[in-house]
Amino acid sequence: MRERIEEALKQHTADYVEIRIEETKSTGITYRGKDLEEVGTTTQLGGNVRAAVNGGWGFVSFNRIADLREKVSQAVSQARLVGNEKTELVEVPPVQDVVHVAMQRDPWQVPLAEKKRLMDSYVEEIWRTPKIQTSTVGYGDGYRKQYYANSTGTYIEQERGRVTARFGVVARDNGNVQQSRAGFASSEDYSVVEGRHADVREAAEKAVAMLDAQPPKGGEFMVILDSTLAGVFAHEAFGHLSEADHVYENDKLREIMVLGRTFGGNFLNITDSGQVPGLTGSFAYDDEGVPTGKQYLIREGELVGRLHSRETAGKMNEAPTGNARAQSYSVPPLVRMRNTAIEPGETPLEDMLAEVKDGVYCKNWYGGQTSMEMFTFSCMEAYAIRDGKLAEPLRGVNLSGNVFTTLENIVAVGNDFAWDPAGGTCGKGGQSAPVGDGSPHVLISKCLVGGQ
Amino acid sequence: MVEELLDKATKTAEVAEVLFHESTELPISFEANRMKSINARESSGMALRIIKDGRIGLGYSTKLSEPGDLDALVESAVESAQFGAEAKFTLPSTYTTNGVTIFDPAVEGLTLDDLVALGTEALDLLRNHDKEFLCDVGASKRVSNVRLFNSHGGGTEYRKSVVSLGASINLTRGEDLLDVWHYAVSCRAELEPQAVAQRIIRRVEDARHQGSVRTKHMPVLFTPQGLGSALMLPLRQAFNGKTVLQGASPLGERLGEQVFDEKLTIYDDGTIDHAVGSSPTDDEGIPLQRRALIENGYIRTFIYDLQTAGLAGAEPTGNGERSPNSLPAPGYHNGVVAPGSGGSLDDLIGGVDEGIVVEYAMGASMGNLFSGDFSGNVHLGYKIENGKLAGRVKDTMVAGNAYAALKNIAAIGSEPEWAGGSFYAPPILVADLSVSTREG
Repeated sequence: MRERIEEALKQHTADYVEIRIEETKSTGITYRGKDLEEVGTTTQLGGNVRAAVNGGWGFVSFNRIADLREKVSQAVSQARLVGNEKTELVEVPPVQDVVHVAMQRDPWQVPLAEKKRLMDSYVEEIWRTPKIQTSTVGYGDGYRKQYYANSTGTYIEQERGRVTARFGVVARDNGNVQQSRAGFASSEDYSVVEGRHADVREAAEKAVAMLDAQPPKGGEFMVILDSTLAGVFAHEAFGHLSEADHVYENDKLREIMVLGRTFGGNFLNITDSGQVPGLTGSFAYDDEGVPTGKQYLIREGELVGRLHSRETAGKMNEAPTGNARAQSYSVPPLVRMRNTAIEPGETPLEDMLAEVKDGVYCKNWYGGQTSMEMFTFSCMEAYAIRDGKLAEPLRGVNLSGNVFTTLENIVAVGNDFAWDPAGGTCGKGGQSAPVGDGSPHVLISKCLVGGQ
Repeated sequence: MVEELLDKATKTAEVAEVLFHESTELPISFEANRMKSINARESSGMALRIIKDGRIGLGYSTKLSEPGDLDALVESAVESAQFGAEAKFTLPSTYTTNGVTIFDPAVEGLTLDDLVALGTEALDLLRNHDKEFLCDVGASKRVSNVRLFNSHGGGTEYRKSVVSLGASINLTRGEDLLDVWHYAVSCRAELEPQAVAQRIIRRVEDARHQGSVRTKHMPVLFTPQGLGSALMLPLRQAFNGKTVLQGASPLGERLGEQVFDEKLTIYDDGTIDHAVGSSPTDDEGIPLQRRALIENGYIRTFIYDLQTAGLAGAEPTGNGERSPNSLPAPGYHNGVVAPGSGGSLDDLIGGVDEGIVVEYAMGASMGNLFSGDFSGNVHLGYKIENGKLAGRVKDTMVAGNAYAALKNIAAIGSEPEWAGGSFYAPPILVADLSVSTREG
């Protein structure tokens, strides 16, 4: 493969060309209710050529790996049609590397029958709980081998792994329907999905417990977010604003997101890293062949960095960060987060609770969404807090707000950091990517709660 | 190749079905007021579904050109059938079509220059309206070819052409960000940049000034896009035959009952010419139809694929949809809300003393879809005061229960329009919903 790719990269007339070819194999097992719904495997082979000429991009993707040189000239001529400025890509030293996936317990060595037996046992565990209406259980593993080369002399062969188990539980009492979920993900270890019976039981019991919850009253409240929800907040509310593709051509947003600006208290640190072992948002090189690292976005309350592709770093004259990611060979990379975290602080949870007279304790989440300055996310589990004590459960709690004010409103960061064990999937520009989110508990002095 | 795979599979399996898809797509994009990229995407793949020893097996591959690739695909389907669900359906034995038109040679004939011209015109219209607009524009054409055959002799084969034009603008003032977008798509070469730009410009002008809103209950007018973003997802889940089969649908036991306001009628319609949600058959070879899900507030039908219908003892409805690498599952075609007698959007606004218009509710789809509870940030919406629009509402959430809201409809507009590609609806005025906002 290397020869074919490097041969095709010779004698082009573009400012920059890259070729990415991927082989993937994945397995999925899904259950709906007590019944197995689907077992299947997918094999994919495909590739793309991306070229830049005078600041314009051409991209060609295909399943048949033939005539690569012709594909290069097609991408180059498309880029030439677009470009009428200057191609500005940050300089990255060329890399020659082969990265193997280092599996601790390899899902591809585990027979399909055993994977199915394990999932069967989780399905049984869920259904031991009374008032369960239905459930979904999904197992997935994936392997991707990528061949990447570009015209600056980089050649990388990189393997990546992924294993996930996800559980959704729906409980019902007459017309009242509540749901809960749990999940486990790893880039390198099948054993993260083993022995999860207690976690699965807890998720089932939570869905049932939420049947007794009341909708919240709407308005502004003091809120405490648990580590999973605070991690989503870091991702949704600040991570997306830190993606330089939103910023580099928007002069006004550049003014807002100017490095050195203070966004929060000096106890606030937000990072994005591609190097956390085991997380599905980790990888050695991004889809532009740039090595990944840990990037501080906010350090001691101050904006100190953002997330870049080769192009955004070049145009903004900042250092590359290795955040260009593509969902697959069929699409060009976008600037994406990897594993985003609020770094641990010093406040114990009990001290936070003591601060709250009338507020909401929010745990876990269904989803989150952002439109730059505004964010919203929904809590899976929530409780009223009154006079420093947890009170009745609340259902359907959605939090929303302005990113800048909410960051200023973070008044304490906990000392109990955790990554969300479920891993996350982030959508942007029609592409999804596995990401990690993590945080300790955080206390926000004012946040808008949607209520009825 | 389809026939070859079918032959290979039926040597070991009782029943086999092959879905082959191939498509070429030409998307071009403009970012930050400039042309940014031209993409050309070719893709093809083959899904094999078998029934072996009464159990369902599945394999999907895009690696099809080497010797042995087809055998590997058969092997993976056979392996999965060992553990697969018991098959409860019979594949169709006839080759069918419903006569819907979803291919236009004029779309296939669109050149790169034509797409660039479409995008450039939309961009120029927006930029000429306001030089402060930071615009992204995307134009694309796609032609796909689907071949679906099974070992009973049933199946279908069709071509589909799709052209789309989407634009979004960003307007930033201090820390006030306004994002407005519109997206038009059709199987026919009929897209008008003027219409896309006008739609965006009207929304921007309505949002240019800040309105003020207080936390209280009030009438909420959902535009077609707002309706899709806030209220439709719980319904999509509840009418899905799988949800019903599992007993998780709040509507599951209410077939034939009146659950919604009598003004509400919603169809799933896969037979609308040139609509992207239409096609001759579903992904199992069952012809698409037009079916009322809700008729004058009454629950009329749920949607099913073959296996789900078999398990539920229901009639298949031609809603077996699949991403190529998974088994068919109930899926919608074009959601159509029947128009009411409420007049135009302006007429509906004119009848409200104090309320809000929701153009897009962000995050409303993330709530508990089973219960119908929703709560979304009004990403784009306007205040209504004394029958007139009175500025953009921000930092505001609209919350409620989709079932309760659609039981309490004040009026349904008379003028439906497409929101996104496959939802066709008029505006709906919900009599009373909770609106919360930041104080001070």
